[in-house]
Amino acid sequence: MSVESLKCKECAAGYELGAAYFCERCFGPLEVSYDHSDLDADEAKRRIQAGSRGIWRYSDFLPFAGRPGDPLEPGLTPLLRAERLAERLGVDAEIWIKNDAANPTHSFKDRVVAVAIAKARELGFETVACASTGNLANAVAAHAAAAGLDSYVFVPSNLEEQKLLATGVYGTNLVGVRGNYDDVNRLCTQLAEEHPWAFVNVNLRPYYAEGSKTLAFETVEQLGWQLPDRVVSPIASGSLFTKLGRGFQEWLDLGLVEGEQPTFNGAQATGCSPVATAFAEGWDVCKPQKPETIAKSLAIGDPADGPYAVEHARRTGGGIDAVTDEEIRAAIKLLAETTGIFTETAGGVTIGVLRKLAERGELAAGERVVAYITGEGLKTLDATRDTFSMHEIDPSLDSFDAEFAQEVSV
Amino acid sequence: MSVTVKIPTQLRAATGGESEVQVEGSNVGEALDAVFAAYGDLRERITQDGTLRRFVNVYVSGEDIRFQQGLETAINPGDEVTILPAVAGG
Repeated sequence: MSVESLKCKECAAGYELGAAYFCERCFGPLEVSYDHSDLDADEAKRRIQAGSRGIWRYSDFLPFAGRPGDPLEPGLTPLLRAERLAERLGVDAEIWIKNDAANPTHSFKDRVVAVAIAKARELGFETVACASTGNLANAVAAHAAAAGLDSYVFVPSNLEEQKLLATGVYGTNLVGVRGNYDDVNRLCTQLAEEHPWAFVNVNLRPYYAEGSKTLAFETVEQLGWQLPDRVVSPIASGSLFTKLGRGFQEWLDLGLVEGEQPTFNGAQATGCSPVATAFAEGWDVCKPQKPETIAKSLAIGDPADGPYAVEHARRTGGGIDAVTDEEIRAAIKLLAETTGIFTETAGGVTIGVLRKLAERGELAAGERVVAYITGEGLKTLDATRDTFSMHEIDPSLDSFDAEFAQEVSV
Repeated sequence: MSVTVKIPTQLRAATGGESEVQVEGSNVGEALDAVFAAYGDLRERITQDGTLRRFVNVYVSGEDIRFQQGLETAINPGDEVTILPAVAGG
């Protein structure tokens, strides 16, 4: 048993391992604290390699005494070398794509939800809930269904139709709130006080956030127990971004991998860029914004982990950039055309920033870069509308030949 | 002007279990000062060097005061001031 307690990231006050998420002394976020003093790195590696084909192979580094039962285990998604993308970007860097759309509900949120719901069951909750920009709603509804728990998912009512449909199908209580994500989040913070429910990203947030570390662990394992030189990751609340850093750091500290913390580049949409703005201005807090972007899954105007994301980007010599809606659409197409991976708008943000880094000459020859694709293109189909045209013909050879006369040589 | 300030569950030990406190004040800063005058333990938890701690959010009738005039945000009759942790979501 290596899970010790919950600890405040601001003032280090300790708390018991329960459904708590902020420090009663200073309001700082609570984080799971581990005691790995007995851990043998080689033995831990062997346990991982003999483990399940998903995130529970990393149970030693998650907040459980053993491996929880999980009928919908996410993880071990493909890490692909993207040579043609590098070519199109005009760089000699090694570009890798971690395609986390290849999860049970097609986004990285399956990782955090699997951990949160396993903890909810351990703590005896019968109902789970969340405040979501869409992907989390999909994941909570599905994993709750798989676990036989009741669920309530709260989303902005103007969400993409695909994300609403892909949530309601699981038989959850889908609640569309007339407001933006930050309104939904405030409401859920209040509801969490009134109902004995496990809100995965409110009162269970310290556990939930731990799930994102598995993306770092997988990256290291899939690179042959090596670290990338640089990562490019989207930022909404900043939780994924900071937990990737924590995952790499835990394995560095424990000797499972050698080297240095990668350079961290964060990606936001211009229409919702409180963390990129704080980075650019040198602030240590984020000024909240009213989101206006097609990247709805990243549309958090008041990011809980924003300050930590800024700190991590600075500490690793990286940065946080923002891209416009047009750049997002172009980047979705660029990734699809060069890798066969169709990502949602958040992935367009990530690849848009990767392209910016390439254009600025920041990607050195031979540098190993991992870009995190966190969601599936089929969930944000509108973003690709009008980016190409279909050839419409009659069912005849003449009609085909007439349409393609310029292009097809016999 | 009398205003209702809602206290998060985790801080109610400092208010003798009260979930809301009635105080006088024309803006958010005055209302919070009045709360701190009644329940001294809350000041240090919610503020640091005279400003709100960075993980504390305050809303006037549902609207984040950072979109308004911060602690100077005026309070109108019927408004409710809500204090909430900022570390949820995402």
